[in-house]
Amino acid sequence: MNKPAFAAVVAAAFVSASSAFAEPQAEVLHWWTSGGEAKSVAVLQQEFAANGGTWTDMPVAGGGGDAAMTALRARVLSGNAPTAVQLKGPAIQEWYEEGALADISAVAEAEGWANVLPASIAGHMQCEGAWCAAPVNVHRVDWIWANADILTANGIAMPGTWDEFNAAAEKLQAAGIVPLAHGGQAWQDATVFEAVALGILGADGFRKAFVELDENALTSDAMVAVFDQMRTMRGYVDRNFSGRDWNLATAMVMNGEAAFQIMGDWAKGEFLAAGKAPGVDFLCASTPGDGFLYNVDSFAMFNVDGEDKRAGQALLAKLIVGKNFQKVFNLNKGSIPARTDVALDEFDSCAHLSARDMAASSESGSLLPSYAHGMALRGAQSGAITDVVTAHFNSDMSSADAVKMLAEAIANSM
Amino acid sequence: MAAWLERNVPKLVLAPSFVAVLVFVYGFIAWTAWVSMTRSRLLPKYEIEGFIQYDRLFAAPRWDTAINNLFVFGALFIAVSMLLGLLLAILLDQKIRAEGALRTIYLYPMALSMIVTGTAWKWIMNPGLGIEATVRGWGFEGFSFDWVIDPDMAIYAIVIAGVWQASGFVMALFLAGLRSVDEEIVKAARVDGIPTWRIYSAIIIPSMMPIFLSAFIVLAHLAIKSFDLVIALTGGGPGYATDLPATYMYAMAFSRGDLGQAASSAMVMMAVVFAIVVPYLYSELRAKRD
Repeated sequence: MNKPAFAAVVAAAFVSASSAFAEPQAEVLHWWTSGGEAKSVAVLQQEFAANGGTWTDMPVAGGGGDAAMTALRARVLSGNAPTAVQLKGPAIQEWYEEGALADISAVAEAEGWANVLPASIAGHMQCEGAWCAAPVNVHRVDWIWANADILTANGIAMPGTWDEFNAAAEKLQAAGIVPLAHGGQAWQDATVFEAVALGILGADGFRKAFVELDENALTSDAMVAVFDQMRTMRGYVDRNFSGRDWNLATAMVMNGEAAFQIMGDWAKGEFLAAGKAPGVDFLCASTPGDGFLYNVDSFAMFNVDGEDKRAGQALLAKLIVGKNFQKVFNLNKGSIPARTDVALDEFDSCAHLSARDMAASSESGSLLPSYAHGMALRGAQSGAITDVVTAHFNSDMSSADAVKMLAEAIANSM
Repeated sequence: MAAWLERNVPKLVLAPSFVAVLVFVYGFIAWTAWVSMTRSRLLPKYEIEGFIQYDRLFAAPRWDTAINNLFVFGALFIAVSMLLGLLLAILLDQKIRAEGALRTIYLYPMALSMIVTGTAWKWIMNPGLGIEATVRGWGFEGFSFDWVIDPDMAIYAIVIAGVWQASGFVMALFLAGLRSVDEEIVKAARVDGIPTWRIYSAIIIPSMMPIFLSAFIVLAHLAIKSFDLVIALTGGGPGYATDLPATYMYAMAFSRGDLGQAASSAMVMMAVVFAIVVPYLYSELRAKRD
């Protein structure tokens, strides 16, 4: 065989191999490494393999995703981005602006994502109109969890307003029970703060302040009232709250040391893992006020070379939003499916409440992104707000000063 | 050839490390300085925008707290470690029994990582678990030791843990210094009937000045670099009351995607280090020339 002909045959073989047998490849960067989460990812891995794909796992644990983001930065800067990355909220848009994300509109349109995802959640998954990420779940942040026995013993109902909450807390305190289980870490302070803010500012006020960063909304009298309520609630936590992890606070509610905890629905996983039943041992309700604060995990697809990797992205995106994965994953993780047409028969009563409220708030326009969990704002701005919230909560700063500091911090973060 | 080798081998051997230091230390310092002048957010950008990041830095209350904490922590950590270290060294120097064992015991904290120190002291000083709960358990109900949860006192709690870790090491330095003082002078002083405390304050300690300087430099850079101790002990809290410049820099670079801000805080940290190290280098070099 002469050389040119041989080369042509080899080249032809390569071309046919890469186009006809493009075996889907996906290298997936995520930070779901703890028990239940790792199990949830394994489900996706198995489905991916069952559909003929090759999954390269790239878990980076640590720092609530900070370590994974650092790894991602290094990979993108060196021109070797992973196929899919666990990213959420405005971070998706931030990476899109860096020119790093791929367009997966073909899959999204073929699968009809626009019809099954709530509009405001779908908005996060689109970059200038093109789909660039796939949502995995919806965590609700504005939950209040309670120990059922304590409430019954003290004749307290789940609070419907913050005044009711305060009255209940006073009563519990008089009875020698810690009213609010809380961990003094900045993100937990921010979680409570946004639940209070949603209740006092209302959905429109919350959107103006924490999504649009409207200065009038940030410095309004209502915002002063939000900080006042935070100051009141500082009196309802026990002395040792500084630095406590959220799951230890959940354990306090479980063990009857404390009555309430304000935390996202990952807390439900702790209750269930301890063998507690919703509605019997513990109660779940949305925090006082109308609205729904969501924290949606998603996978963003990065620009990659090679037919096999692009096939992998398409397959991955299809499976992630597929009904089966949405159901199995969220049963493991304690959240609810992002798509609204999944049957919820196997889910518990808290998840049913969450799904009902999500549909209702999507209708009424009060389905809002959580600022404390990085869904509403970029890192610099949400971090600036959290600094003020945690500084106020952990000192004797006045509410008026906090509001003034808030406006300055936002201006300085731009 | 042999002569050429003799002249050039040292240079050739040093060249790789010289190049590595040039690139990875000074090169990246220059890169950080550049990034600190830009509006870099998630990824570095290279258009110079002036001193905007420094304006933001000095306007941030959290940075004020971090810098103040650095001075409080640095000053107390260095002063208390040196005093305690010196005291321990003098006590150990009294030709006591089992000195070797005692020395090892005091030096051991240095073998622990700051993370371990921080975590252990977090529990020891936690009012619900540690000292306060124990003393109250003994019946002293009014006893209170809650520095870790008090935003105004938490930085002093970190000083305690830092001093516990470093003073044994300072003791070892001073002990070596004490032993290097000429025995004959000390004996002569004793013959003259000079009291022990006078021997220490007028003869031994003044002759150990270089050791003080070394101890100061080692402790100063430990203080400025402190990061893991704060992360393990308080996580920067309550609020951000125990933030140090290093934890601020980390938060900006890795949690908030604000690289320009992180770079400018890193440059200010470096300026602080220079302010301490340059006079030291200057005095060292001048001493050699004399």
